[in-house]
Amino acid sequence: MATTLTPDTDQAGEAPGRSHSGRSQSPRHWNWPGGLAGWIWLGIVIIPIYWIIITSFKTSANYFSANPLKPPTDLTFENYKLVIQEHFIRYFFNSLVVTLGAVVPAVLVSFMAAYAIVRGRGRFLWSTNALFLAGLAIPLQATIIPIYLIIIRLKLYDSLLAIILPSIAFAIPLSVLVLTNFIRDVPNELFESMRVDGASEWGTLWHLAFPLSRPALVTVTIYNGLIIWNGFLLPLVLTQSPERRTLPLALSAFQGQYTVNVPAVLASVVLTTLPILVLYVVGRRQLLSGLTAGFGK
Amino acid sequence: MVLPALLIFLAFGVIPLLGALGLSFTTWDGIGAIHPSGLTSWRATLTDPGLPHALYVTFLIMALSWAFQTPMSLLLGVFLAGRQRYRAVLAVVYFVPLLLSSAAIAITYKALLDPNFGLSAGLGVGFLAQDWLGRGRLAVGVVIFIVSWQYIPFHSLIYQAGVRQIPVSMYEAAQLDGAGRVRQFFSITLPQLKYTIITSSTLMVVGSLTFFDLIWVLTAGGPADATRVLAVQMYIKGFQGNQMGPASAIAVILVFVGLGLALLLRRLGGDARESQTEGA
Repeated sequence: MATTLTPDTDQAGEAPGRSHSGRSQSPRHWNWPGGLAGWIWLGIVIIPIYWIIITSFKTSANYFSANPLKPPTDLTFENYKLVIQEHFIRYFFNSLVVTLGAVVPAVLVSFMAAYAIVRGRGRFLWSTNALFLAGLAIPLQATIIPIYLIIIRLKLYDSLLAIILPSIAFAIPLSVLVLTNFIRDVPNELFESMRVDGASEWGTLWHLAFPLSRPALVTVTIYNGLIIWNGFLLPLVLTQSPERRTLPLALSAFQGQYTVNVPAVLASVVLTTLPILVLYVVGRRQLLSGLTAGFGK
Repeated sequence: MVLPALLIFLAFGVIPLLGALGLSFTTWDGIGAIHPSGLTSWRATLTDPGLPHALYVTFLIMALSWAFQTPMSLLLGVFLAGRQRYRAVLAVVYFVPLLLSSAAIAITYKALLDPNFGLSAGLGVGFLAQDWLGRGRLAVGVVIFIVSWQYIPFHSLIYQAGVRQIPVSMYEAAQLDGAGRVRQFFSITLPQLKYTIITSSTLMVVGSLTFFDLIWVLTAGGPADATRVLAVQMYIKGFQGNQMGPASAIAVILVFVGLGLALLLRRLGGDARESQTEGA
């Protein structure tokens, strides 16, 4: 297991451009245009991130006077304090409720649907699957006005549930696609033996397919979590009061409010990104092992 | 077991999509009653000079960001698929922009591009000290750059996976024939990646229709209407101008443009699978 975590240990003969037979990695195999682009792009990615972090610890005075790329000489946590005083906890909590409230049901119903699609037969299931696949192409923006109308009619406007329901719907197509592809790979004999043991379809779903699908479930959970946590349009259109703001929306409001206090705005950027970064750091290993670990070992 | 997913997807995905079409034949201010109004909204939308402009900006940003992202992602992807030790570390860092919300990215770049206190002052490059978001052309360029900053890492990962699937025997054969690295790239890597290029391009092109968050927070479509893409135009018409009918018509156009582009790209890539299996 452990070795599968490092993608560097490819089996011999996987990467292109390798020496044809011997182990001599001659210098001419050095992909210099790619290497150059790789390092330049690394700089392009890292400099803004570095700048966000150091600036978020600067005082306003230091921000306006010192070289922007120099680390702060007067390290301060005041910006973070200010952001947290500005109801950050509430917005964080709203985002958490929306994300968990949408991701957990979305993954569960998608999993059930994927199981039914893989294991079942018939026209109805076939066309449902086709509908989900077509749904991959529906852009959220194109549906936002009718969603707004539906949410108003359901008297859910300006509630967190208003964000949660469409979020679930838009998470379903891709989740079903990933999960059906994964469940298809479960050997049929396993299902057969469960049946011989007298397990119901429901029992098989939860006690066989669910644990076996864990890597794919983790993948869709992380992916959907990322999309919904960062969602902007649904909260923008479907909520109104400051009490219902999620983090991305709060971020843009905060920015309008503190145009002159850039370090504080950047501290709020750091704080809103931190949870998803933690999730990525924790989930990355599982994502990778999920992709590489087989079944029958 | 498929029902819960199906019902919620119908209610908040499919029905709204049809609803947009329906609403485009009505008049609604977003609060009061909805009145059927035939083709009025469509006529208003199609004769609005804002529409051709929004289409132009949408396609401009789409085309330029594709033209910038594709070679860059391809280059990075081929590089990442190589055997350099540190590329795993690079891949971790490359992924970070994808984790940030578009709102956070837009806010960051707004501050970063400040001519007086942003990056230009830090790097001491005079050229960087411009009013990036205040002038139309520049603002379009900035949007394209930020989009690339956000998504090149993702596409380079797609290309990396694509390159890894090319059989190494092809390179060995080419090497025996005396083909150099550059020749190998153009005769093996590129043709073998045709299908990957189509996939990545489809995601880029169709995805670019949905740039709303980034542009809205960064420029709100401005300066003037320089970065007012279709999605932004729709939001401004509907939720700021209270004209849900014409806004719905724009939504329908958005869907058709997306569908048309996806089908076009699929057709372009149609024979890719055959030729790929043929070559292997």
